[in-house]
Amino acid sequence: MSTNTENFEKLVKKEYEHGFVTDIDADTIPPGLSEEIITFISNKKEEPQWLLDWRLKAYRQWLKMKDPTWAKLDIEHIDYQAISYYSAPKSKEDAPKSLDEVDPKLLETYQKLGIPLDEQKMLSGVAVDAVFDSVSVATTFKQKLADAGVIFCSFSEAVKEHPDLVKQYLGSVVPAADNFFAALNSAVFTDGSFCYIPKGVRCPMELSTYFRINASNTGQFERTLIIADEESHVSYLEGCTAPMRDENQLHAAVVELVALKDAEIKYSTVQNWYPGDENGVGGIYNFVTKRGDCRGDNSKISWTQVETGSAITWKYPSCLLKGNNSIGEFYSVAVTNNYQQADTGTKMIHIGNNTSSTIISKGISARHAQNVYRGLVKISKNANGARNYSQCDSLLMGDQCGAHTFPYIETKNSNAKVEHEATTSKISDDQLFYCLQRGIAEEDAINMIVNGFCKEVFKELPMEFAVEAQKLLGVTLEGAVG
Amino acid sequence: MTGFINKKMKDIIDNYAADFTELQSIRKNDWFSKHRKSAFNFFKESGFPNTKNEDWKYTDTKPITKNVFSNISNTNIVARDNEVNEIIFKDLECINLVFINGAYSEEYSDIKNISDKVIIKNMANALVNDENLLKEHLTQHIDQDSSSFTALNTAFIQDGIYINIPKDIDIERPININYISMDGSNAFATHPRNLILMGENSNATIIENYVGNGDSNYFTNSVTETFLSQGAMLKHYKIQQESFNAFHIGSLNTSLSKDSRFESHSVSIGGALVRNNINANLNGEGAEIIMNGLYMTDNAQHVDNHTHVNHLKPHTHSHQNYRGVLNGKSRGVFNGKVVVHPKAQKIEAYQNNANLLLSDDSEIDTKPELEIYADDVKCTHGATVGQLDDDMLFYLRSRAVDEQTARSLLTYAFADEVLNEINFKEIKNKLEQLVISRLPDSSLIREYV
Repeated sequence: MSTNTENFEKLVKKEYEHGFVTDIDADTIPPGLSEEIITFISNKKEEPQWLLDWRLKAYRQWLKMKDPTWAKLDIEHIDYQAISYYSAPKSKEDAPKSLDEVDPKLLETYQKLGIPLDEQKMLSGVAVDAVFDSVSVATTFKQKLADAGVIFCSFSEAVKEHPDLVKQYLGSVVPAADNFFAALNSAVFTDGSFCYIPKGVRCPMELSTYFRINASNTGQFERTLIIADEESHVSYLEGCTAPMRDENQLHAAVVELVALKDAEIKYSTVQNWYPGDENGVGGIYNFVTKRGDCRGDNSKISWTQVETGSAITWKYPSCLLKGNNSIGEFYSVAVTNNYQQADTGTKMIHIGNNTSSTIISKGISARHAQNVYRGLVKISKNANGARNYSQCDSLLMGDQCGAHTFPYIETKNSNAKVEHEATTSKISDDQLFYCLQRGIAEEDAINMIVNGFCKEVFKELPMEFAVEAQKLLGVTLEGAVG
Repeated sequence: MTGFINKKMKDIIDNYAADFTELQSIRKNDWFSKHRKSAFNFFKESGFPNTKNEDWKYTDTKPITKNVFSNISNTNIVARDNEVNEIIFKDLECINLVFINGAYSEEYSDIKNISDKVIIKNMANALVNDENLLKEHLTQHIDQDSSSFTALNTAFIQDGIYINIPKDIDIERPININYISMDGSNAFATHPRNLILMGENSNATIIENYVGNGDSNYFTNSVTETFLSQGAMLKHYKIQQESFNAFHIGSLNTSLSKDSRFESHSVSIGGALVRNNINANLNGEGAEIIMNGLYMTDNAQHVDNHTHVNHLKPHTHSHQNYRGVLNGKSRGVFNGKVVVHPKAQKIEAYQNNANLLLSDDSEIDTKPELEIYADDVKCTHGATVGQLDDDMLFYLRSRAVDEQTARSLLTYAFADEVLNEINFKEIKNKLEQLVISRLPDSSLIREYV
């Protein structure tokens, strides 16, 4: 960054309250990607040989792949050799056992974010596995979870402590060479979360990971794997904020969910990464592969996402409905402002009998932003009695923005019932007038109407998140109309 | 670029190139020669689209490219009277135009008793005699780069129809254009090209009827260009009943000026592999387009309907309703695209696609798209795939209608919703008869409808 960083920071701080860079020495390797780098990452993390082989295989596949260009996104060329693929906080050699041992600067960061670990511990009863850059630094409530038999730890820890589970399920939902970004992640992922809910256990608390990107120029490649064994239940929250930065950052995560017989996984995300400034400079590139596998009968996977950040969002949380009577759900609010671009949606692949899926997607586009819903509903030939309902609504604010809907429906079974509907409109003048003439300020009125528009999705979020999401929406759309 | 040229594709293109050289040598250096040439070059570069092309994702053109067709129309095919008489409307007074295997048949056509001002003539004739008007419009209302099939058509224009209806003229009799494909000695391709120009406040009804007999093997690659001046109104019917071995790629391109209105009704029941394209540009305020479509398929048929509407100006409206009834091992595709361009405010766009799957082996792929770059719009789309309603079946059966009949009746009712939009009684009746004849167990329901 140049010398006028300070001025710049001062300038933008107002708009993005979570924008700051914590000055921690990061143990960063030089930029570039090669087999040596991957071996270095693997060795650094003391990984077994099979995992290194798996990474290298993914890397070799990745070399043969090209960046996907089918999405309606305008992406500047990404130089994958200019990115540093590993960075860890300096204090990692003697990892803290409790909060007291955590680097005070780190704690300060969380304070600024308004999610101090200790406070959360007491108030919300949420176990937090906080990822600061690429290595997990604090895990709470581990004991309580352990009593219930739930395994919730960082991915690297899981590789060491539960190699059999990792080996069995890693890449079983999102194969290493599934797509360009998944292959990249498989090759270089540094950490993430691992969660296993044993048979018949209802997870005693909501699990949560806060991700944070910090060191300059490091892409973040998390890997999340959640396995819900038979008759178990888990609700998982993922939320993120990032500091202000002038350079585009690459983020390519992979999330794999496995639900066995009668199990249920609820996965909620609030994503609020730095979206770039109002001229579209900077911001996070977010290419995420999320997929849930309803492997057993009567299983259920539900995705809820609130996407307000990132300069570019490329994300399609999907469900493979393999088990009979399995259920897939997708609830999404995607908000784009200024020059943000989002191409997001879902895939519902119906394979088992009597499977059903619901898609509720709300897109909001303001100023110069482009917001795309892209979804696939596929009913395979043997999926008798499959049922899908999709609803995709878009709200436009300002005459420069765009909202697009590309639903794909492929049906090969005559018992299937598939319904899709979509609407696109702006906030109606009547609604606005009604609020104004009752003495509600325009900004508040818009906030209210937009929140009403998204209500269907927000009500799917866990309580704490729902409040945060509503606030976020207000902040994101501040001054979008006027 | 719509395709990928490999060795195999090159061989396929070479077949067309030979015919093209022959055609150019017949036509010598007429004014259209350079257009033909540039169109053919475009085709040569792009080849036929494959399924990697998003616009052709669900429709594989290999069955077409596997065949070698003769592209030069044979003008000496003689039709049998009864065959032609069966095809044209009996109880409706029309201006009938008949083409047999792509070539205009003066014998069966009837363009008497029309106003002097109106021009209706075959394209082969117009290319020679109406150079000035054609220069201005022919190839001007298509998106040049849109499809290699359109380019192929332009390269091989031999015949078709040219209609020019001047200002304030209202033609009451429908203009019925029949493209009849008879058994030929070898597989042939026809490239009919129609140009329809509507003057200010003019009004006309045009029927494009594609008929093939039995199971003859041929390829129809038609392109229609229409241009509507201010306040013009055109009702366009396309009836596609090609032979069950035929390939049909048809594209209808229309430009609409201020306050003009275009109605398209399309019924697709024939053909082995069919693609119907409609591309509409709403270029003036108050322009409106209505697109209704019905596709009924059975056995191994494949019918693909693509619509693309560009709302380029404020206050333009589009309304689409497509319905499909799929039986046997057939496959239906619907892809509707509505694009609202920047600054085109106060738009209303409605798009609906409903499908009925009657058999377990049938397949439907539907993709209703919205691309919106303006904010003051009301755009909705919907798509459904389903079966006959059990409650409705029960209702009919409780009134002593047997199951087969009840199913057939409900299927007919589903399809008829599209035909009900047709205001022209005679055309509607004829199409209804056509639809009934294609229903499973159609004999059972004749007494009811």
